[in-house]
Amino acid sequence: MRTIQISGGRIIDPSRNLDGVGDLWIGRGRILNVGEGYDDPEVILDARGMIVCPGLIDCHVHLREPGNEEDETIATGAAAALVGGVTSVACMPNTLPALDTQGAAEFIVLQAQRARKANVYPVGAVSKGRKGLELAELGQLVEGGAVAFTDDGAPVASASLMRQALTYARMFDRAVMQHCQVPELTVGGVMNEGFESTRLGLPGMPAAAEDIMVARDIRLAEITGGRLHIQHISTARSVELVREGKRRGINVTAEACPHHFSLTDECLRGFDSNFKMNPPLRTYTDVEAVIEGLKDGTIEILATDHAPHAPEKKLREIDQAPFGIVGLETLLPITIKSLIEPGHLTWPDVIRALTIEPAKLLGIAKGTLAPGADADVTIIDPETRWTIDASKFVSKSRNTPFHGWEVRGRARTVIVAGEVRYTLA
Amino acid sequence: MPRSDTPLLDADGVDQALTSMAVRLRAAMLPGVTLVMVGVRTRGVPLARRLATILTRQTGETIPVGAVDITLYRDDLDRAARWPVLHGTEIPFDIDGADVVLVDDVLFTGRTIRAAINSLCDLGRPARIRLATLVDRGHRELPIQPDVVGLLVATTRDEHVRVRLHEIDGVDEVLK
Amino acid sequence: MNLNPAPRIPWTRKHLLGLEELSREEILAILDTADSFHEVSTRNRKKVPALTGRVVFNLFFENSTRTRTSFSLAAKRLSADTQDFQAGVSSLTKGETFIDTAKNIEAMGADVLVVRHPTPGTPHLLTQHVHASVINAGDGAHEHPTQALLDLLTIRRLRGRIEGLTVGLVGDIGHSRVARSNIHGLLKLGAKVILCGPPTLVPRSLERLGCTVSNNLDEVLPLCDVVNVLRIQFERDQKAVFPSIAEYFRLYGLTAARVERAKSDLLLLAPGPINRGVELTPEVADGPHSAILDQVTNGLAVRMAVLYLVSGQKTDPR
Repeated sequence: MRTIQISGGRIIDPSRNLDGVGDLWIGRGRILNVGEGYDDPEVILDARGMIVCPGLIDCHVHLREPGNEEDETIATGAAAALVGGVTSVACMPNTLPALDTQGAAEFIVLQAQRARKANVYPVGAVSKGRKGLELAELGQLVEGGAVAFTDDGAPVASASLMRQALTYARMFDRAVMQHCQVPELTVGGVMNEGFESTRLGLPGMPAAAEDIMVARDIRLAEITGGRLHIQHISTARSVELVREGKRRGINVTAEACPHHFSLTDECLRGFDSNFKMNPPLRTYTDVEAVIEGLKDGTIEILATDHAPHAPEKKLREIDQAPFGIVGLETLLPITIKSLIEPGHLTWPDVIRALTIEPAKLLGIAKGTLAPGADADVTIIDPETRWTIDASKFVSKSRNTPFHGWEVRGRARTVIVAGEVRYTLA
Repeated sequence: MPRSDTPLLDADGVDQALTSMAVRLRAAMLPGVTLVMVGVRTRGVPLARRLATILTRQTGETIPVGAVDITLYRDDLDRAARWPVLHGTEIPFDIDGADVVLVDDVLFTGRTIRAAINSLCDLGRPARIRLATLVDRGHRELPIQPDVVGLLVATTRDEHVRVRLHEIDGVDEVLK
Repeated sequence: MNLNPAPRIPWTRKHLLGLEELSREEILAILDTADSFHEVSTRNRKKVPALTGRVVFNLFFENSTRTRTSFSLAAKRLSADTQDFQAGVSSLTKGETFIDTAKNIEAMGADVLVVRHPTPGTPHLLTQHVHASVINAGDGAHEHPTQALLDLLTIRRLRGRIEGLTVGLVGDIGHSRVARSNIHGLLKLGAKVILCGPPTLVPRSLERLGCTVSNNLDEVLPLCDVVNVLRIQFERDQKAVFPSIAEYFRLYGLTAARVERAKSDLLLLAPGPINRGVELTPEVADGPHSAILDQVTNGLAVRMAVLYLVSGQKTDPR
């Protein structure tokens, strides 16, 4: 493979506390070095004014294949990831059939290799068929390539099953990721329960439904010693519970999604199903708490919960429309707008939450520019101004609440395994 | 078309015109039939009220006065960019078998009167409908003629004739 | 007689989706227009030619007899052609979305779509996909603007004013679109609004809109000039929200004994269909305080007014 010199960029690698202007050298699919030059690069990428960082990792996406290829496929989702600057994604198991066997995991890996876009890591189901009744074959899922377990979308309601999962997964050193929500409290729910849902007459999903399960699962992580990961944390109380759990040394991590720190339940006033997600958009207080959690490290990971749905599915009565929005292609600009521009986080903070932290969660050798590491590199133009246009998405779906937003910053060049796989036109 | 605002009638002129209209209305009354006045909104209503007052002074009999809003009967609703605000028909008496005097300020194309007649006929079956207008400026588009007119004015089609009444405008005058 | 009617603001909306979005002046414009149409309803010949040639479609995705009949009759009195479309559950389960259905109906030449749907916001969504005017005839638990307007008209015609009155809404506020539209309308017109019912049916967060919330009917009834009794919706699962009908009736049923302790000129409204013996006793429903039948008559006038007003907006080219 060719030698690439990325010259003059601001190199940020939180895995080694690196932040400075310099050259990054890549050869034979690996990082060669940061700093002094090698002779005669075959390709020189001028990165002056750009940020050069380890390829971004999104630990929470839905690629819909197999079963809902009208929404997204592994190939289109992995391509959308590159547009967003993301070189590795972990895809959720709520496919049809559910990703609950070794064969299903291997299928994902194979499809991702064929697509040759971003790296795709399957996350296996916790329970067979994601039914929440009995454990899936977690060991064989790991053999098939699964990097973690979750029944995402269908919270593991049974405390006993959750306890078993946390305990059993310890032998693989894999995390159990939980979509924390007590199902009985959210039946028929469309949006956050509160003044806004009452005013609109829409069935609500109380914040307590999330808080209660976060509290339960942290306690279960404590007694089992298992690795618990709280997916798309969205409430003030949940953030507090995770903070307290960490203080007590419990093995718990958390992720936050751009929509949960940039939008509130007031957005539902227009009844647009592009603001319908699960967990739902919450209140200002919750948004502030999520941002605070990101600032003090309670929430160490940023993830998109990229959830594509074909237009005909979203274009329904709001209670019929499915939950979720696409997020890969808007990850960077919304994060810049909501976290960096207001001064909540620095660039190194954001890149840490999108590289080494998710890499640690998933247990993958990614998210670093250390010499010898896989040459997954993202070059970000942090200043370029653009308008989000859903019709231009590479993802198969268009369901975004951010259409029309005037934003700043996006990926310019994305390198995977030493190969330039995406360049902004 | 500039408005030259040529005065056609002043307050006294309006008074005299109404008095003479009342005399002519009275001369052709149907014996034994109730006389009622119906003004076309907006300025036909105070005119109807004034004619009724004059006739009451002369005959000693109270003459009921109503108001008709022709909006719902207009033939040009679909042409308007925005529909007129509805003020409603108020005819708090029976017009079945009555001798109705329909009163308006200016008679022009006749379309308003057509709508008013249709409207009245939906309310009952009068013995007779007569038309009294303060001004007739010609240019009819329908076969409608007034029974009593205060002032005949020759106009071109695009001229404006404005009637101002003190109940609404604070002053009595007719301008061209 | 009013010689010089007060000038009113011109109506500029193509749709009527709810009272929350209307200004006080717009609500008054509808009520004043409805007063004019009330006169039409008193005639022998109860028909005016204003909407001749226009087509009004009742697009009902939920059962309703009263509202649909009232809209149909209102449209007919304006000389519009009316057609009912009871959305079969069948066509919707075959994969046709309600937007497809509405577009189909619009292609038949509908100028106005009167929409009833169990999901909040559906009429709003429809306005983005059709050219016709959309009138919300009830969207889930969100709004039912014409019902609230007829309640307002009834109060104004019978009491001469709305400003300064205390109006109690009693019963299932949480699931009630009638309650929400009434709250917005009453507050905008200067009434004081008390919401009364069991805590499981009256969300306290509605106080943020400017209402008072109470769980004690006997305490608030004597304060009320008007009481609007909302229906308990048995089609929803109410088991979880109150233990029994008997207990509900004991606590919130409007009985003659309760009415005796109210103001002597109490005005009693009910959007219907009422459950006699649950929300109120037959003697109260048919008693001197009841304006239930006035509401029905005023409903026609209000719906004529709304149909007339939205039809006055130029429609987009197809």
